[in-house]
Amino acid sequence: MPFRQTHLLGIADLQPAEITTLLDLAETYAERARRGLPAGDALEGLTQINLFFEPSTRTQASFELAGRRLGAAVTSMSAESTSLRKGETLIDTALTLNAMRPDLLVVRHPMSGAVALLAEKVANCAVLNAGDGRHEHPTQALLDALTIRRAKGRLHRLSVAICGDIAHSRVARSNILLLNRMESRIRLVAPPTLLPPGIADLGCEVFHDMAEGLRGADVVMMLRLQRERMEGAFVPSEREYFHRYGLDAAKLAHAAPDAIVMHPGPMNRGVEIDGAIADDLTRSVIQTQVEMGVAVRMAAMDLLARNLRAARGRAALGDIPDLFG
Amino acid sequence: MVRTLIRDVRLVDPEAGREGPGALVLEGGRIAAVLPAPPEGTFDATVEGEGHVLAPGIVDWGVKIGEPGERHRESLRTAGLAAAAGGVTTLVTRPDTEPALDRPEAVEWLLRRAAEGCPVRLHPMAALTKGREGREMAEMGFLRDAGAVAFTDADRLVADSRVMARALAYARGLGALVGTHGQDPWLSTGASATSGPFATLLGLPSAPPVAERIGLERDLALAEAAGAALHAHQVTTAPALEALARAKARGLDVTAGVSIHHVTLNELDIGGYRTFFKLVPPLRAETDREAAVEALASGLLDVLCSWHSPQDEESKRLPFEAAAPGAVGLETLLPAALRLVHAGRLSLPVLFRALSLNPSRRLGLPTGRLAAGAPADLVLFDPDRPFVLDRATLRSKSRNTPFDGARLQGRVRATWVGGRQVFGDAP
Repeated sequence: MPFRQTHLLGIADLQPAEITTLLDLAETYAERARRGLPAGDALEGLTQINLFFEPSTRTQASFELAGRRLGAAVTSMSAESTSLRKGETLIDTALTLNAMRPDLLVVRHPMSGAVALLAEKVANCAVLNAGDGRHEHPTQALLDALTIRRAKGRLHRLSVAICGDIAHSRVARSNILLLNRMESRIRLVAPPTLLPPGIADLGCEVFHDMAEGLRGADVVMMLRLQRERMEGAFVPSEREYFHRYGLDAAKLAHAAPDAIVMHPGPMNRGVEIDGAIADDLTRSVIQTQVEMGVAVRMAAMDLLARNLRAARGRAALGDIPDLFG
Repeated sequence: MVRTLIRDVRLVDPEAGREGPGALVLEGGRIAAVLPAPPEGTFDATVEGEGHVLAPGIVDWGVKIGEPGERHRESLRTAGLAAAAGGVTTLVTRPDTEPALDRPEAVEWLLRRAAEGCPVRLHPMAALTKGREGREMAEMGFLRDAGAVAFTDADRLVADSRVMARALAYARGLGALVGTHGQDPWLSTGASATSGPFATLLGLPSAPPVAERIGLERDLALAEAAGAALHAHQVTTAPALEALARAKARGLDVTAGVSIHHVTLNELDIGGYRTFFKLVPPLRAETDREAAVEALASGLLDVLCSWHSPQDEESKRLPFEAAAPGAVGLETLLPAALRLVHAGRLSLPVLFRALSLNPSRRLGLPTGRLAAGAPADLVLFDPDRPFVLDRATLRSKSRNTPFDGARLQGRVRATWVGGRQVFGDAP
């Protein structure tokens, strides 16, 4: 099955076969990197602009690296360093970018739907969503899926527990959409204050107790707690949160014996995850997630670039009169 | 005196709950006679109704006009032209202007401006508290003397219960009507959608529907304690409608309305982050929409309004969370409401009870009736005429309608205010 997307805005747009296509390609990039082989030149001659309206270190670095490894000319703009904060509207930013003629545009924005809005307004360019508000973070879900597939050999019929601040998490939403599409079972574990309304209707089982929620899970995915807005508002205190929902050896013992532990980073050790668990290389695949992040982003940009070049080819042919018509 | 005959029409009389063929005679700005058949005699002018519907003009309660302060969004003149084209003969305006309409001088100024440039009637609501800040009550006595017909902080709930209690008590002393926006402000802070699986999927900050019930129940309790008259501008959820029904059953002096958007659209319409569907309160679940339609049919909801809220393009061309809420509705109120008639949910007399009669009665206006002696505020429309709405054709300065491209049925042929035709072909 070909990968048909013009942009990568969310997992919601992807068919299961498209996800598999992307993960298969990412797998080859990951293997080449492990063997020290060159990645190829899929993005040769293309310009990639990373546009970050929200601070990010690891995602931005991962996209930069992915683009460079495939030969793209990469430039990054972030909210602090540019005029993005000087009152310019998102649509004006899109028009400005159009004039720069980028080929790949990687965007992160604090508001849900903002990346899709930008994608509507730019022309002749593939847009990748690097996280919009609480909506989606598709490359994170894809790198999580690749990590799971490498560890478990499959993505279907797994029991995946997603734990923590699901209400404010775009990572959780994208993961729920992806794992549902790949026919895994999803268990959400969080206090009710950190669960978004109606989440059970999206095909998840909901638990408020870690022991119950982790029972028999093949994958335990911890989410980052945004500490600055939590204390007293969504949970009474960090120490109570760690006591009830922080992942430690005792709670992990309820999961399957070979369960893997994941975290999208950056971690709050001692808040949502015990340091010893995070560092236990027999259980934790957190470093693998970072490694797969680069591979998945290479694959995503490679596939989108192929579609972009094909679309440009068709557009160019459109100018030629049909000689046989 | 000029005598005009409007013949060959279907008369809709919301007061008697009747509709049927007939004719109507206008004289001196008033309805002189409502007849089953055209009378003998000579007239200065005759309007051929061609079998279309003639109803009392719409009294649209809760219209935002950009004057003072935001004339680039809507002026009295453009609002008046849009109203006339939509069959709206009376604008009951909101005080959420810039600055808020909280001083008698401003009310006088507004009425003077309206008399000069607005082709339809205008009755302002004034702010309940100074600056709509919810702290000190506005000069309700002076404001009413200047022409304010009701008092409200528009889309802000007076959060401080003591301020609201005193304002209601003071209003009772004046015999004044207080309007409320029943949304708990803390639960609604920052929300741009109604909580539920759909808002969760879109990742939008949302307010639980119970916010409306809490806000409404508090104001019902305070109004009961004060013995004051209360109008809830927009009741849009099933639990809040139940609270309203209980209050009415207890005999409280309370009425309530709903906007056309909340009875014709639901939360799924915001899909794809379409900012023209961002409203206050946000669009609700389909079950709530159904409950609101039922309440309109039963009379539990008294008033159907446009809650006309003009916004310029720039404030809508933003990410959903950052976009300004509100939709224009003066020209689409009637055709959108006719969807409910064509769907068999409301009869025309019931619809015009909510559009014309009830708001007039509650605000103490003589309009809204199809009876001899009543002001000749009328709308003649073809209820079946289909069209596709193109927002570029709207007369409002702002064209933020959620019905752009919608298939609608029902076109206004002519509108009269005080016997003077303000829209349509010359008779």
